Amino acid sequence: MSLDNSSAREVLEPILERYSRNPHYLMQILRETQEHLDFIPQWAVDYLAEALALARTQVQSVIDFYAFFYSSPRGKYRVLFSDNVTDRMQGNTALLSRMLSKFGLTQGQVSGDGLVSIDTTSCTGMCDQGPALLVNNYPVTRLSSQRIDQICELIKKQTPLKEWPTELFLVEDNIRCKDVLLSTEMVNGQALKRAVELGPEGMLAEMKTSNFRGRGGAGFTTAVKWEACKNAPGETRYVVCNADEGEPGTFKDRVLLSSFPERVFEGMTIAGYTIGAAKGLVYLRAEYRYMLEQLQAILEARRKANLLGKDILGQKGFDFDIEIHMGAGAYICGEETALLESLEGKPGRPRIRPPFPVTYGYLGKPTVVNNVETLAKATLIAQNGGAWYRGLGTKLSTGTKLLSISGDCTRPGIYEYPFGVRIAKILEDCGAHDAVAVQVGGAAGTCIARHEFGRKIAFEDVSTSGSLMVFGNNRDMFEVARNFAHFFKHESCGFCTPCRVGTTLMCNILDKIAEGKGTIYEMNELSHLYQLLSTVSHCGLGQSAGRPVNDTLQKFRPSYDRRLKQKDFEPAFDLDAALAPAREIMERDDIDAHLGADL
Amino acid sequence: MNSENTFIIDGTPIPFEPDQTVLQAALKAGVFIPHLCFYPGLKPNGNCKLCTVVINGRHTSACTTLARSGIEVENNTPALHDKRRLLLQMLFVEGNHFCPGCEKSGNCQLQALAYDLEMMTPHFNHFFQNRKVDVSHPEAFLDMNRCVACGLCVQASSEIDKKNVFALSGRGIASHVVINTPSGKLGDSDFALSDKAASVCPVGAILPKRRGFAVPIGQRLYDDLPISSQTEFLTTREA
Repeated sequence: MSLDNSSAREVLEPILERYSRNPHYLMQILRETQEHLDFIPQWAVDYLAEALALARTQVQSVIDFYAFFYSSPRGKYRVLFSDNVTDRMQGNTALLSRMLSKFGLTQGQVSGDGLVSIDTTSCTGMCDQGPALLVNNYPVTRLSSQRIDQICELIKKQTPLKEWPTELFLVEDNIRCKDVLLSTEMVNGQALKRAVELGPEGMLAEMKTSNFRGRGGAGFTTAVKWEACKNAPGETRYVVCNADEGEPGTFKDRVLLSSFPERVFEGMTIAGYTIGAAKGLVYLRAEYRYMLEQLQAILEARRKANLLGKDILGQKGFDFDIEIHMGAGAYICGEETALLESLEGKPGRPRIRPPFPVTYGYLGKPTVVNNVETLAKATLIAQNGGAWYRGLGTKLSTGTKLLSISGDCTRPGIYEYPFGVRIAKILEDCGAHDAVAVQVGGAAGTCIARHEFGRKIAFEDVSTSGSLMVFGNNRDMFEVARNFAHFFKHESCGFCTPCRVGTTLMCNILDKIAEGKGTIYEMNELSHLYQLLSTVSHCGLGQSAGRPVNDTLQKFRPSYDRRLKQKDFEPAFDLDAALAPAREIMERDDIDAHLGADL
Repeated sequence: MNSENTFIIDGTPIPFEPDQTVLQAALKAGVFIPHLCFYPGLKPNGNCKLCTVVINGRHTSACTTLARSGIEVENNTPALHDKRRLLLQMLFVEGNHFCPGCEKSGNCQLQALAYDLEMMTPHFNHFFQNRKVDVSHPEAFLDMNRCVACGLCVQASSEIDKKNVFALSGRGIASHVVINTPSGKLGDSDFALSDKAASVCPVGAILPKRRGFAVPIGQRLYDDLPISSQTEFLTTREA
């Protein structure tokens, strides 16, 4: 043990003190440790476990679960290329190869001098300005060969990240179409004042009247959630803002948090006031780490303005404050119970439901978990009333929806539409002239083919958490589905059998088809696996993991068929490949050392 | 039978007590539902999904669903058995299971379920994952090739033995059991063969050393009667 190691104390003690040695802050403690040390060494695990009175395996299992925590050195500069299908379409593969060859590295390898490692990561939420990468969790967008060369130079010269040209880190909003949320002005505190005038019951009544449904994807009626939490037994309640925007192709919460954060925080405060919570927690995805200081400054300003803290707006007993927790690279934490586990400093494995978070949430207390957009829109309902809000959108889907649009279109970015808008209209607005398919709702969403472009964005028709990826007529929908399948395999938490093993099986089969070794047999296997995953998986991740494959199988069958062998069956075991070690030993690679490749 | 505390499985009324799950009540009543990660006395955690049943049209885990009067449960159906067989095949290809050379053969719940559900082949291609064997402990050894990540040893060690020897780490297909010692070795922990954690493993991942074939194959737990006929044993064993 290196408890007497003075450097351990020097680095870790201030961090532990900042979080009052509270093990529920393990994620934050590990993040800050890694920001100091570039990875989390074994001595730090031992020191933290002892200081937090945790088993060392509890610390280790958190490090091992999250993609952005490292147990071994990953270089002083850790470069992660966003690998969503939109990044692929924008040419990230060539840029990745360019960077790898500049350093003479293979993907995932750490350079011999410990300077740099280069790898890929799941969608970083920059699809409208990709291809993108993260360097030590800070995003660089609009990558080009020149930009890659520039970054390589900066790394080779070991220029500290703080001294890199600021334009590299510029993230644009790209707001293209505004409706009520993005165009209504709000003076800070204005919506909150109105909520206080209404009182908790009055505010809840407005929410009920609005028939407003959550914007995270599931579409649960927000007032029902708030009321259930408000009425749940217990003294302590929490409001949690789900800003773990991990669904590939989604970035509207990023724009809300960077340009409308007051609305988000004010919405949280209104929720806290309505349900009787004194504490709010924002769970911010690690990919949005670059916003942390700015958001904390806004919280501080709100405290000074008495919009947070004690006796808010002079209301005796109206206490509410907000903390920001950073995630560490796990899509599953967008699932609300996995998010709660993560907030408590544990691996993000979804809980068994019931009990639901409204009765048993953060630290076992009644908790409302709402999406960023949901909370921002609660301020509009406070400002203008539930009846006004109900007049927007459709009967079953009131109000507007923010859409993150990316892919093959001339104007990617953020679009706000009233619910009920037709997909064809959206495609026209964003300049998607040759679209053959649209993936609505991210990898877990629905693949819409051209003949369905007349369908509407609404809970009762095409439901979405807000992502819309456009695919033009030169795109290969098989490869789109394969990208999503690999995403799910990477992001499966591993808790339940069907998702843990099934996502890998699906990828293996799709890879076999991609190699030209697929037959009709594999097609049937994919359907079987989809049936199993969609019915018996523990949570939404596993249940939707097979959807992109199933949708494209149904709607874009030719993109699979043209890869298939005209046989009933082709073994996955490649006898010739299995002989590779033998060839190596014999130092032979001539034609006679190979079995006929295509007998 | 009071209909207020009964529910239906495949047309048969099943009595239940408050706080009993569908799986517990079914086993008690002599109705078998396949399961791997449930052990009486330990909190159900619902990860193996073999106990998936259909309740009111929805697939759900019988081990984590509380029994309620009047619900109708589909259990013994070809469609559900197909799904369970697929899940077993997944577990067989995920790990490295060589029944003929495994001391657990005949006492193994995974193997017994595979026989019972008539799993004839592993169906999928094996993953051939490189898993660890830990022989550092004087009394027991760990063979992670056989681990199915059910978490029972983790639970038994923390909930009953109060030792916290095991934990699940990693993510996705890389999920694996780790040992709570600086070396990561079982031999450096205070694990003992008398621990409950030593006896709950449904497969042969945790086995005593120097004890082999004390009971001949053919005369073991699941050799006489298939697991589906041993509901009494499955409910009375206590963690």
